[in-house]
Amino acid sequence: MDIFEVIQPGAYTTIQDRGRFEYQQYGVPICGVVDSFAYRVANALVGNSQDQAVLEATVFGPTLKVLNQGLIAVTGGNLSPFLNNAPLPMWESVTIQSGDLIQFKGVKCGCRAYIAVAGGIDVPVVMGSRSTYVAGKIGGIDGRPLAARDRLNKGKGIAKAGNRVPSNLIPTYSNDIEIRVILGPQDDYFSEGVEKFLSSTFKVSHKADRMGYRLEGDMIMHRDGVEKSIISEPSVPGGIQVPPDGQPIILLVEQTVGGYTKIATIISPDIGKVGQAKPGDRVHFKEVDIEEAHRILRMEEEKIESMKMSLTG
Amino acid sequence: MYDKPHFLLAGDRGLLVEFGAAIDPEINRKVRQIFLSLEKVPIHGVTEVIPTYRSILILYDPFQSDPDKLRQEILDRENKLDKLEIPPPETIEIKVAYGGDFGPDLDFVAHHNKLSPEEVIEIHTSGTYLIYMLGFTPGFPFLGGLSEKLFTPRLEKPRQFVPAGSVGIAKNQTGIYSIDSPGGWQLIGRTPIKIYDPTRSPPFLLKAGNYLRFERISGEEFQEIAATHKD
Repeated sequence: MDIFEVIQPGAYTTIQDRGRFEYQQYGVPICGVVDSFAYRVANALVGNSQDQAVLEATVFGPTLKVLNQGLIAVTGGNLSPFLNNAPLPMWESVTIQSGDLIQFKGVKCGCRAYIAVAGGIDVPVVMGSRSTYVAGKIGGIDGRPLAARDRLNKGKGIAKAGNRVPSNLIPTYSNDIEIRVILGPQDDYFSEGVEKFLSSTFKVSHKADRMGYRLEGDMIMHRDGVEKSIISEPSVPGGIQVPPDGQPIILLVEQTVGGYTKIATIISPDIGKVGQAKPGDRVHFKEVDIEEAHRILRMEEEKIESMKMSLTG
Repeated sequence: MYDKPHFLLAGDRGLLVEFGAAIDPEINRKVRQIFLSLEKVPIHGVTEVIPTYRSILILYDPFQSDPDKLRQEILDRENKLDKLEIPPPETIEIKVAYGGDFGPDLDFVAHHNKLSPEEVIEIHTSGTYLIYMLGFTPGFPFLGGLSEKLFTPRLEKPRQFVPAGSVGIAKNQTGIYSIDSPGGWQLIGRTPIKIYDPTRSPPFLLKAGNYLRFERISGEEFQEIAATHKD
Protein backbone atom coordinates (compact mmCIF):
# COMPACT_ATOMS: atom_id res chain seq x y z
CA MET A 1 0.00 0.00 0.00
CA ASP A 2 1.21 3.53 -0.80
CA ILE A 3 2.24 5.36 2.33
CA PHE A 4 4.44 8.34 1.42
CA GLU A 5 5.15 10.57 -1.50
CA VAL A 6 8.52 12.24 -1.20
CA ILE A 7 8.05 15.99 -1.61
CA GLN A 8 11.65 16.76 -0.81
CA PRO A 9 14.25 14.09 0.00
CA GLY A 10 16.31 15.93 2.63
CA ALA A 11 20.11 15.93 2.69
CA TYR A 12 20.60 12.18 2.45
CA THR A 13 17.72 9.83 3.18
CA THR A 14 18.01 6.13 2.41
CA ILE A 15 15.95 3.00 2.97
CA GLN A 16 17.81 0.68 5.36
CA ASP A 17 17.19 -2.44 7.39
CA ARG A 18 19.51 -4.36 9.73
CA GLY A 19 21.88 -5.06 6.87
CA ARG A 20 22.95 -7.43 4.13
CA PHE A 21 24.73 -10.47 5.49
CA GLU A 22 26.58 -13.45 4.04
CA TYR A 23 27.77 -11.66 0.90
CA GLN A 24 30.85 -10.04 2.38
CA GLN A 25 33.05 -12.80 0.93
CA TYR A 26 31.99 -11.47 -2.48
CA GLY A 27 32.77 -7.87 -1.60
CA VAL A 28 29.30 -6.69 -0.63
CA PRO A 29 29.36 -4.55 2.52
CA ILE A 30 26.75 -4.97 5.25
CA CYS A 31 25.14 -1.54 4.80
CA GLY A 32 22.02 -1.26 6.94
CA VAL A 33 21.32 1.35 9.60
CA VAL A 34 24.23 3.02 11.37
CA ASP A 35 22.43 3.42 14.72
CA SER A 36 20.96 0.01 15.38
CA PHE A 37 19.55 0.90 18.82
CA ALA A 38 17.39 3.74 17.43
CA TYR A 39 16.41 1.50 14.51
CA ARG A 40 15.33 -1.44 16.63
CA VAL A 41 13.36 0.79 18.98
CA ALA A 42 11.59 2.49 16.06
CA ASN A 43 10.52 -0.88 14.69
CA ALA A 44 9.41 -2.11 18.12
CA LEU A 45 7.26 1.00 18.64
CA VAL A 46 5.22 0.32 15.52
CA GLY A 47 4.98 -3.44 16.12
CA ASN A 48 7.44 -4.42 13.37
CA SER A 49 9.86 -7.33 13.54
CA GLN A 50 13.47 -6.39 14.16
CA ASP A 51 14.57 -6.58 10.53
CA GLN A 52 12.04 -4.41 8.71
CA ALA A 53 13.11 -1.49 6.56
CA VAL A 54 12.93 2.13 7.73
CA LEU A 55 14.07 5.52 6.47
CA GLU A 56 17.42 6.79 7.71
CA ALA A 57 17.52 10.59 7.46
CA THR A 58 20.74 12.58 7.86
CA VAL A 59 20.90 16.10 9.40
CA PHE A 60 18.19 17.58 7.16
CA GLY A 61 15.23 15.20 7.08
CA PRO A 62 12.80 14.67 4.21
CA THR A 63 9.37 16.17 3.60
CA LEU A 64 6.82 13.39 3.15
CA LYS A 65 3.20 13.58 2.10
CA VAL A 66 1.11 10.86 3.71
CA LEU A 67 -0.98 8.92 1.19
CA ASN A 68 -2.81 6.49 3.47
CA GLN A 69 -3.53 5.98 7.12
CA GLY A 70 -0.66 4.41 9.02
CA LEU A 71 1.38 4.37 12.17
CA ILE A 72 4.89 5.77 12.43
CA ALA A 73 7.61 6.25 15.00
CA VAL A 74 10.57 8.61 14.71
CA THR A 75 13.67 7.86 16.81
CA GLY A 76 17.38 8.67 16.78
CA GLY A 77 18.78 12.17 16.39
CA ASN A 78 16.35 15.03 16.94
CA LEU A 79 16.01 16.68 13.53
CA SER A 80 12.86 18.55 14.65
CA PRO A 81 10.14 16.39 13.12
CA PHE A 82 6.78 18.06 12.53
CA LEU A 83 3.41 16.54 11.70
CA ASN A 84 1.49 19.23 9.85
CA ASN A 85 1.95 22.32 12.02
CA ALA A 86 2.83 20.69 15.33
CA PRO A 87 5.99 19.06 16.59
CA LEU A 88 5.84 15.28 16.09
CA PRO A 89 6.65 13.49 19.35
CA MET A 90 9.71 11.27 19.01
CA TRP A 91 10.27 7.80 20.54
CA GLU A 92 6.53 7.15 20.39
CA SER A 93 4.06 5.62 17.93
CA VAL A 94 1.87 8.17 16.16
CA THR A 95 -1.08 7.73 13.80
CA ILE A 96 -0.87 9.50 10.45
CA GLN A 97 -3.72 10.21 8.02
CA SER A 98 -3.92 10.63 4.29
CA GLY A 99 -3.02 14.24 3.44
CA ASP A 100 -0.77 14.78 6.46
CA LEU A 101 2.63 16.34 5.92
CA ILE A 102 5.75 15.15 7.76
CA GLN A 103 8.60 17.64 7.83
CA PHE A 104 11.93 18.13 9.56
CA LYS A 105 12.92 21.62 10.54
CA GLY A 106 16.58 21.31 11.47
CA VAL A 107 18.95 19.40 13.68
CA LYS A 108 18.70 19.86 17.45
CA CYS A 109 20.90 16.97 18.53
CA GLY A 110 22.34 13.85 16.97
CA CYS A 111 22.76 13.36 13.23
CA ARG A 112 20.54 10.52 11.99
CA ALA A 113 16.80 10.02 12.53
CA TYR A 114 14.89 6.80 11.86
CA ILE A 115 11.34 6.82 10.53
CA ALA A 116 9.61 3.48 10.93
CA VAL A 117 6.14 2.73 9.63
CA ALA A 118 3.98 -0.19 10.79
CA GLY A 119 4.46 -2.90 8.16
CA GLY A 120 7.90 -1.66 7.16
CA ILE A 121 8.98 0.22 4.03
CA ASP A 122 8.43 -2.25 1.22
CA VAL A 123 10.99 -2.39 -1.58
CA PRO A 124 12.37 -5.48 -3.35
CA VAL A 125 14.76 -7.62 -1.33
CA VAL A 126 18.18 -7.79 -3.00
CA MET A 127 20.55 -10.47 -1.68
CA GLY A 128 18.58 -10.87 1.50
CA SER A 129 18.13 -7.19 2.38
CA ARG A 130 16.27 -4.01 1.48
CA SER A 131 19.22 -1.83 2.53
CA THR A 132 20.37 0.77 0.04
CA TYR A 133 24.01 0.37 -1.05
CA VAL A 134 24.58 3.50 -3.10
CA ALA A 135 28.09 2.70 -4.39
CA GLY A 136 26.92 -0.78 -5.43
CA LYS A 137 23.62 0.56 -6.84
CA ILE A 138 21.43 -2.02 -5.09
CA GLY A 139 18.64 -2.07 -2.52
CA GLY A 140 16.19 0.68 -1.59
CA ILE A 141 14.83 2.42 -4.69
CA ASP A 142 17.19 1.59 -7.58
CA GLY A 143 20.14 1.62 -5.19
CA ARG A 144 20.01 5.37 -4.58
CA PRO A 145 18.95 7.83 -1.88
CA LEU A 146 15.35 9.07 -1.94
CA ALA A 147 14.43 11.65 -4.57
CA ALA A 148 11.47 14.00 -4.94
CA ARG A 149 8.34 12.28 -6.32
CA ASP A 150 9.38 8.81 -5.12
CA ARG A 151 6.39 6.90 -3.83
CA LEU A 152 7.01 4.54 -0.94
CA ASN A 153 4.97 1.46 -0.13
CA LYS A 154 4.53 -0.26 3.18
CA GLY A 155 3.85 -3.85 4.12
CA LYS A 156 1.00 -5.02 6.34
CA GLY A 157 1.28 -4.10 9.98
CA ILE A 158 -0.83 -3.40 13.00
CA ALA A 159 0.07 -1.71 16.25
CA LYS A 160 -1.44 0.91 18.46
CA ALA A 161 -0.63 4.58 18.71
CA GLY A 162 0.77 5.89 21.97
CA ASN A 163 3.51 3.27 22.49
CA ARG A 164 6.18 5.27 24.25
CA VAL A 165 9.78 4.65 25.24
CA PRO A 166 10.38 5.34 28.96
CA SER A 167 12.24 8.64 29.13
CA ASN A 168 15.19 7.14 31.04
CA LEU A 169 15.90 4.86 28.06
CA ILE A 170 15.97 7.64 25.47
CA PRO A 171 19.60 8.34 24.53
CA THR A 172 20.94 11.85 24.81
CA TYR A 173 23.26 12.71 21.96
CA SER A 174 26.05 14.89 23.24
CA ASN A 175 28.64 16.83 21.23
CA ASP A 176 31.35 15.23 23.27
CA ILE A 177 31.27 11.44 23.23
CA GLU A 178 33.19 8.60 24.79
CA ILE A 179 33.52 5.57 22.53
CA ARG A 180 34.61 2.20 23.91
CA VAL A 181 37.06 0.17 21.84
CA ILE A 182 38.84 -3.17 21.83
CA LEU A 183 42.44 -2.77 20.68
CA GLY A 184 43.45 -4.45 17.44
CA PRO A 185 43.62 -6.12 15.04
CA GLN A 186 46.85 -4.19 14.25
CA ASP A 187 47.58 -2.37 17.53
CA ASP A 188 51.05 -3.95 17.52
CA TYR A 189 51.96 -1.62 14.62
CA PHE A 190 51.90 1.20 17.18
CA SER A 191 53.62 1.65 20.53
CA GLU A 192 53.25 5.10 22.13
CA GLY A 193 50.70 5.62 19.38
CA VAL A 194 48.21 3.51 21.35
CA GLU A 195 48.55 5.67 24.48
CA LYS A 196 48.19 8.80 22.43
CA PHE A 197 45.13 7.39 20.68
CA LEU A 198 43.48 6.60 24.03
CA SER A 199 44.38 9.91 25.70
CA SER A 200 43.58 12.33 22.87
CA THR A 201 40.34 14.04 21.97
CA PHE A 202 39.55 14.06 18.26
CA LYS A 203 37.24 16.24 16.24
CA VAL A 204 34.84 14.78 13.66
CA SER A 205 35.83 16.28 10.30
CA HIS A 206 33.51 17.15 7.42
CA LYS A 207 34.40 13.87 5.77
CA ALA A 208 31.86 11.84 7.71
CA ASP A 209 29.34 9.55 6.05
CA ARG A 210 28.06 5.97 6.08
CA MET A 211 31.41 4.71 4.75
CA GLY A 212 33.45 6.28 7.49
CA TYR A 213 34.28 9.21 9.76
CA ARG A 214 37.59 10.96 9.30
CA LEU A 215 38.86 12.42 12.58
CA GLU A 216 41.23 15.32 13.22
CA GLY A 217 43.57 15.63 16.16
CA ASP A 218 46.93 14.49 17.47
CA MET A 219 48.94 12.53 14.97
CA ILE A 220 49.03 8.82 15.80
CA MET A 221 52.47 7.53 14.87
CA HIS A 222 53.31 4.02 13.78
CA ARG A 223 56.12 2.20 15.58
CA ASP A 224 59.54 2.76 14.02
CA GLY A 225 60.47 0.27 11.37
CA VAL A 226 57.03 -1.20 10.66
CA GLU A 227 55.13 -1.01 7.39
CA LYS A 228 52.40 1.61 7.53
CA SER A 229 50.05 -0.52 5.48
CA ILE A 230 49.00 -4.15 5.46
CA ILE A 231 47.91 -6.66 2.84
CA SER A 232 44.33 -5.62 2.03
CA GLU A 233 41.73 -7.30 4.22
CA PRO A 234 38.05 -6.82 5.05
CA SER A 235 37.06 -4.62 7.96
CA VAL A 236 34.18 -4.71 10.40
CA PRO A 237 31.98 -1.68 11.16
CA GLY A 238 33.74 0.29 13.89
CA GLY A 239 37.27 -0.57 12.77
CA ILE A 240 39.56 2.46 13.27
CA GLN A 241 42.17 2.84 10.54
CA VAL A 242 45.27 4.92 10.95
CA PRO A 243 46.66 5.84 7.53
CA PRO A 244 50.24 7.08 7.17
CA ASP A 245 49.10 10.68 7.85
CA GLY A 246 48.26 9.62 11.44
CA GLN A 247 44.67 10.89 11.41
CA PRO A 248 42.25 8.08 12.35
CA ILE A 249 39.29 7.06 10.23
CA ILE A 250 36.34 5.23 11.81
CA LEU A 251 35.02 2.72 9.29
CA LEU A 252 31.26 2.29 9.21
CA VAL A 253 28.80 0.10 7.36
CA GLU A 254 29.68 0.59 3.69
CA GLN A 255 33.23 -0.74 3.66
CA THR A 256 34.69 -3.85 2.11
CA VAL A 257 38.46 -4.20 1.96
CA GLY A 258 41.26 -1.86 2.91
CA GLY A 259 44.99 -1.86 3.40
CA TYR A 260 45.52 0.52 6.30
CA THR A 261 46.40 -0.62 9.82
CA LYS A 262 43.54 -0.69 12.32
CA ILE A 263 44.60 0.37 15.78
CA ALA A 264 41.29 -0.53 17.49
CA THR A 265 37.69 -1.53 16.87
CA ILE A 266 34.62 0.11 18.40
CA ILE A 267 32.35 -2.19 20.42
CA SER A 268 29.08 -2.73 18.58
CA PRO A 269 26.75 -0.93 21.05
CA ASP A 270 28.82 2.26 20.56
CA ILE A 271 28.78 2.34 16.74
CA GLY A 272 25.40 4.07 16.82
CA LYS A 273 26.89 6.82 18.99
CA VAL A 274 29.41 7.52 16.23
CA GLY A 275 26.57 7.58 13.69
CA GLN A 276 24.90 10.29 15.77
CA ALA A 277 28.05 12.47 15.85
CA LYS A 278 28.30 15.43 13.47
CA PRO A 279 31.26 17.28 11.99
CA GLY A 280 32.77 19.39 14.77
CA ASP A 281 31.72 17.01 17.58
CA ARG A 282 34.45 15.67 19.86
CA VAL A 283 35.30 12.01 20.34
CA HIS A 284 37.59 10.24 22.74
CA PHE A 285 38.24 6.54 23.06
CA LYS A 286 38.29 4.22 26.07
CA GLU A 287 39.76 0.74 26.03
CA VAL A 288 37.73 -2.26 27.22
CA ASP A 289 38.70 -5.92 27.02
CA ILE A 290 36.68 -8.52 25.14
CA GLU A 291 34.96 -9.91 28.27
CA GLU A 292 33.86 -6.42 29.30
CA ALA A 293 32.67 -5.73 25.74
CA HIS A 294 30.52 -8.85 25.78
CA ARG A 295 29.09 -7.91 29.20
CA ILE A 296 28.12 -4.49 27.84
CA LEU A 297 26.52 -6.17 24.84
CA ARG A 298 24.39 -8.42 27.07
CA MET A 299 23.24 -5.45 29.13
CA GLU A 300 22.27 -3.53 25.98
CA GLU A 301 20.33 -6.51 24.70
CA GLU A 302 18.47 -6.87 28.01
CA LYS A 303 17.59 -3.18 27.88
CA ILE A 304 16.07 -3.51 24.42
CA GLU A 305 14.24 -6.73 25.29
CA SER A 306 12.70 -5.29 28.46
CA MET A 307 11.61 -2.22 26.56
CA LYS A 308 9.98 -4.38 23.88
CA MET A 309 8.15 -6.26 26.64
CA SER A 310 6.86 -3.02 28.10
CA LEU A 311 5.50 -1.99 24.69
CA THR A 312 3.66 -5.20 23.97
CA GLY A 313 2.67 -5.96 27.58
CA MET B 1 53.44 -19.33 6.16
CA TYR B 2 53.20 -19.22 9.94
CA ASP B 3 53.76 -22.44 11.92
CA LYS B 4 50.57 -21.76 13.84
CA PRO B 5 47.86 -19.31 12.74
CA HIS B 6 47.80 -15.90 14.41
CA PHE B 7 44.52 -14.86 16.03
CA LEU B 8 43.66 -11.15 16.19
CA LEU B 9 40.55 -9.57 17.69
CA ALA B 10 38.45 -7.51 15.29
CA GLY B 11 35.99 -5.97 17.72
CA ASP B 12 33.38 -7.79 19.80
CA ARG B 13 32.08 -9.93 16.94
CA GLY B 14 35.10 -10.64 14.77
CA LEU B 15 38.20 -12.80 14.92
CA LEU B 16 40.89 -12.50 12.27
CA VAL B 17 42.84 -15.71 11.63
CA GLU B 18 46.11 -15.11 9.77
CA PHE B 19 48.00 -17.95 8.11
CA GLY B 20 50.98 -16.00 6.80
CA ALA B 21 52.37 -12.55 6.11
CA ALA B 22 52.61 -12.51 2.32
CA ILE B 23 50.60 -12.62 -0.90
CA ASP B 24 51.47 -16.19 -1.73
CA PRO B 25 49.55 -19.01 -3.47
CA GLU B 26 50.52 -21.56 -0.78
CA ILE B 27 49.20 -19.40 2.05
CA ASN B 28 46.03 -18.70 0.07
CA ARG B 29 45.61 -22.45 -0.47
CA LYS B 30 45.50 -22.88 3.30
CA VAL B 31 42.98 -20.03 3.52
CA ARG B 32 40.80 -21.76 0.94
CA GLN B 33 40.98 -25.14 2.68
CA ILE B 34 39.97 -23.80 6.08
CA PHE B 35 37.36 -21.51 4.52
CA LEU B 36 35.70 -24.34 2.56
CA SER B 37 35.73 -26.55 5.63
CA LEU B 38 33.98 -23.77 7.56
CA GLU B 39 31.41 -23.42 4.79
CA LYS B 40 30.80 -27.17 4.68
CA VAL B 41 30.71 -27.78 8.42
CA PRO B 42 29.97 -24.45 10.10
CA ILE B 43 31.16 -23.75 13.63
CA HIS B 44 28.34 -23.13 16.08
CA GLY B 45 27.76 -19.40 16.59
CA VAL B 46 29.67 -18.31 13.47
CA THR B 47 27.57 -15.95 11.35
CA GLU B 48 29.87 -15.30 8.39
CA VAL B 49 33.35 -16.20 7.15
CA ILE B 50 35.31 -14.02 4.75
CA PRO B 51 38.46 -15.33 3.04
CA THR B 52 41.24 -12.86 2.18
CA TYR B 53 44.73 -13.00 0.64
CA ARG B 54 46.29 -14.56 3.71
CA SER B 55 43.65 -14.67 6.43
CA ILE B 56 40.03 -15.46 7.27
CA LEU B 57 37.78 -13.00 9.06
CA ILE B 58 35.35 -14.95 11.23
CA LEU B 59 32.24 -13.09 12.37
CA TYR B 60 30.41 -14.62 15.32
CA ASP B 61 27.39 -14.11 17.51
CA PRO B 62 28.82 -13.18 20.93
CA PHE B 63 25.75 -14.71 22.58
CA GLN B 64 26.72 -18.09 21.19
CA SER B 65 30.50 -18.12 20.95
CA ASP B 66 33.69 -16.33 21.93
CA PRO B 67 37.26 -16.00 20.62
CA ASP B 68 38.62 -18.79 22.88
CA LYS B 69 36.15 -21.35 21.58
CA LEU B 70 36.75 -20.25 17.99
CA ARG B 71 40.52 -20.42 18.40
CA GLN B 72 40.25 -24.02 19.61
CA GLU B 73 37.89 -24.97 16.78
CA ILE B 74 40.17 -23.49 14.12
CA LEU B 75 43.26 -25.25 15.50
CA ASP B 76 41.31 -28.54 15.50
CA ARG B 77 40.29 -27.95 11.91
CA GLU B 78 43.85 -27.26 10.92
CA ASN B 79 45.07 -30.50 12.46
CA LYS B 80 42.39 -32.49 10.66
CA LEU B 81 42.89 -30.74 7.35
CA ASP B 82 44.24 -33.80 5.51
CA LYS B 83 41.09 -35.73 6.45
CA LEU B 84 38.75 -33.10 5.04
CA GLU B 85 37.52 -33.61 1.52
CA ILE B 86 38.29 -30.32 -0.17
CA PRO B 87 37.33 -30.16 -3.85
CA PRO B 88 40.12 -28.96 -6.16
CA PRO B 89 39.85 -25.31 -7.23
CA GLU B 90 37.91 -24.58 -10.41
CA THR B 91 39.15 -22.54 -13.35
CA ILE B 92 36.68 -20.21 -15.03
CA GLU B 93 37.18 -18.81 -18.55
CA ILE B 94 36.36 -15.14 -19.07
CA LYS B 95 35.83 -14.13 -22.70
CA VAL B 96 37.44 -10.78 -23.50
CA ALA B 97 37.41 -8.56 -26.57
CA TYR B 98 40.75 -6.74 -26.54
CA GLY B 99 41.70 -3.29 -27.79
CA GLY B 100 39.71 -0.64 -29.63
CA ASP B 101 36.77 0.80 -27.70
CA PHE B 102 36.82 -2.28 -25.48
CA GLY B 103 40.37 -1.63 -24.31
CA PRO B 104 41.41 1.96 -25.08
CA ASP B 105 44.73 1.61 -23.20
CA LEU B 106 45.95 -1.55 -24.97
CA ASP B 107 48.36 0.44 -27.13
CA PHE B 108 49.70 2.30 -24.11
CA VAL B 109 50.31 -0.93 -22.19
CA ALA B 110 52.08 -2.34 -25.27
CA HIS B 111 54.20 0.75 -25.76
CA HIS B 112 55.06 1.00 -22.06
CA ASN B 113 56.36 -2.58 -22.07
CA LYS B 114 57.96 -2.42 -25.52
CA LEU B 115 55.60 -5.03 -26.89
CA SER B 116 53.12 -5.11 -29.73
CA PRO B 117 49.39 -5.07 -28.83
CA GLU B 118 49.20 -8.65 -30.14
CA GLU B 119 51.96 -9.70 -27.75
CA VAL B 120 50.14 -8.07 -24.83
CA ILE B 121 47.00 -10.05 -25.67
CA GLU B 122 48.99 -13.26 -26.06
CA ILE B 123 50.70 -12.84 -22.68
CA HIS B 124 47.48 -11.82 -20.93
CA THR B 125 45.54 -14.81 -22.29
CA SER B 126 48.31 -17.31 -21.55
CA GLY B 127 48.27 -16.70 -17.79
CA THR B 128 46.26 -18.54 -15.15
CA TYR B 129 45.22 -16.16 -12.40
CA LEU B 130 44.49 -17.04 -8.78
CA ILE B 131 41.43 -15.26 -7.37
CA TYR B 132 42.90 -14.28 -4.00
CA MET B 133 39.91 -12.37 -2.75
CA LEU B 134 36.81 -10.44 -3.86
CA GLY B 135 36.02 -6.91 -2.74
CA PHE B 136 36.41 -3.18 -3.39
CA THR B 137 33.15 -3.35 -5.36
CA PRO B 138 30.82 -6.39 -5.33
CA GLY B 139 32.48 -9.30 -7.11
CA PHE B 140 35.68 -7.43 -8.04
CA PRO B 141 38.50 -10.02 -8.12
CA PHE B 142 41.95 -9.40 -6.69
CA LEU B 143 44.00 -11.59 -9.01
CA GLY B 144 47.51 -12.93 -8.71
CA GLY B 145 49.68 -14.14 -11.56
CA LEU B 146 50.07 -11.20 -13.95
CA SER B 147 53.22 -11.56 -16.04
CA GLU B 148 55.92 -9.00 -15.18
CA LYS B 149 56.07 -8.20 -18.88
CA LEU B 150 52.71 -6.42 -18.55
CA PHE B 151 53.23 -4.37 -15.37
CA THR B 152 51.95 -0.84 -16.11
CA PRO B 153 51.30 2.08 -13.76
CA ARG B 154 47.76 3.36 -13.22
CA LEU B 155 46.41 6.20 -15.34
CA GLU B 156 47.66 9.58 -14.16
CA LYS B 157 44.11 10.85 -14.23
CA PRO B 158 41.40 8.30 -13.40
CA ARG B 159 38.41 8.04 -15.72
CA GLN B 160 35.05 9.27 -14.44
CA PHE B 161 33.34 6.28 -16.00
CA VAL B 162 34.60 2.77 -16.61
CA PRO B 163 31.95 0.35 -17.90
CA ALA B 164 31.33 -2.90 -16.00
CA GLY B 165 33.25 -5.80 -17.55
CA SER B 166 36.32 -3.71 -18.38
CA VAL B 167 39.56 -5.65 -17.94
CA GLY B 168 42.46 -3.59 -16.72
CA ILE B 169 46.02 -3.52 -15.45
CA ALA B 170 47.32 -1.49 -12.52
CA LYS B 171 50.96 -1.99 -11.54
CA ASN B 172 51.37 -5.72 -10.91
CA GLN B 173 47.63 -6.46 -10.85
CA THR B 174 45.01 -7.31 -13.42
CA GLY B 175 41.28 -7.30 -12.73
CA ILE B 176 37.73 -6.91 -14.00
CA TYR B 177 35.48 -4.00 -13.11
CA SER B 178 32.31 -5.55 -11.68
CA ILE B 179 30.10 -2.44 -11.89
CA ASP B 180 30.16 0.84 -13.82
CA SER B 181 32.37 3.08 -11.72
CA PRO B 182 35.16 5.65 -11.86
CA GLY B 183 38.57 4.01 -12.16
CA GLY B 184 42.25 4.47 -12.86
CA TRP B 185 43.31 1.13 -14.31
CA GLN B 186 44.75 0.79 -17.81
CA LEU B 187 41.91 -0.78 -19.81
CA ILE B 188 43.00 -3.44 -22.29
CA GLY B 189 39.69 -5.18 -23.02
CA ARG B 190 36.16 -5.91 -21.91
CA THR B 191 34.11 -9.02 -21.20
CA PRO B 192 30.42 -9.24 -22.17
CA ILE B 193 29.89 -11.65 -19.26
CA LYS B 194 28.53 -10.14 -16.08
CA ILE B 195 30.77 -11.34 -13.27
CA TYR B 196 28.26 -9.68 -10.93
CA ASP B 197 24.53 -9.35 -11.48
CA PRO B 198 22.43 -8.64 -8.38
CA THR B 199 19.28 -9.90 -10.11
CA ARG B 200 20.80 -13.29 -10.98
CA SER B 201 21.01 -16.29 -8.68
CA PRO B 202 23.77 -16.68 -7.74
CA PRO B 203 24.83 -13.04 -8.31
CA PHE B 204 28.56 -13.87 -8.50
CA LEU B 205 30.52 -15.93 -11.02
CA LEU B 206 33.82 -15.84 -9.18
CA LYS B 207 34.83 -17.27 -5.83
CA ALA B 208 37.98 -16.68 -3.82
CA GLY B 209 40.48 -19.53 -4.11
CA ASN B 210 39.45 -20.47 -7.66
CA TYR B 211 41.37 -19.65 -10.85
CA LEU B 212 40.55 -17.54 -13.86
CA ARG B 213 41.77 -17.47 -17.46
CA PHE B 214 41.09 -14.87 -20.14
CA GLU B 215 39.98 -16.07 -23.57
CA ARG B 216 40.16 -13.79 -26.56
CA ILE B 217 37.00 -13.12 -28.58
CA SER B 218 36.27 -10.75 -31.46
CA GLY B 219 34.19 -7.61 -31.30
CA GLU B 220 31.36 -9.42 -33.14
CA GLU B 221 31.40 -12.26 -30.63
CA PHE B 222 31.31 -9.68 -27.84
CA GLN B 223 28.16 -8.13 -29.33
CA GLU B 224 26.51 -11.54 -29.81
CA ILE B 225 27.16 -12.64 -26.26
CA ALA B 226 26.13 -9.26 -24.87
CA ALA B 227 22.86 -9.48 -26.82
CA THR B 228 22.00 -12.98 -25.56
CA HIS B 229 22.76 -12.00 -21.98
CA LYS B 230 20.62 -8.91 -22.10
CA ASP B 231 17.51 -9.17 -19.91
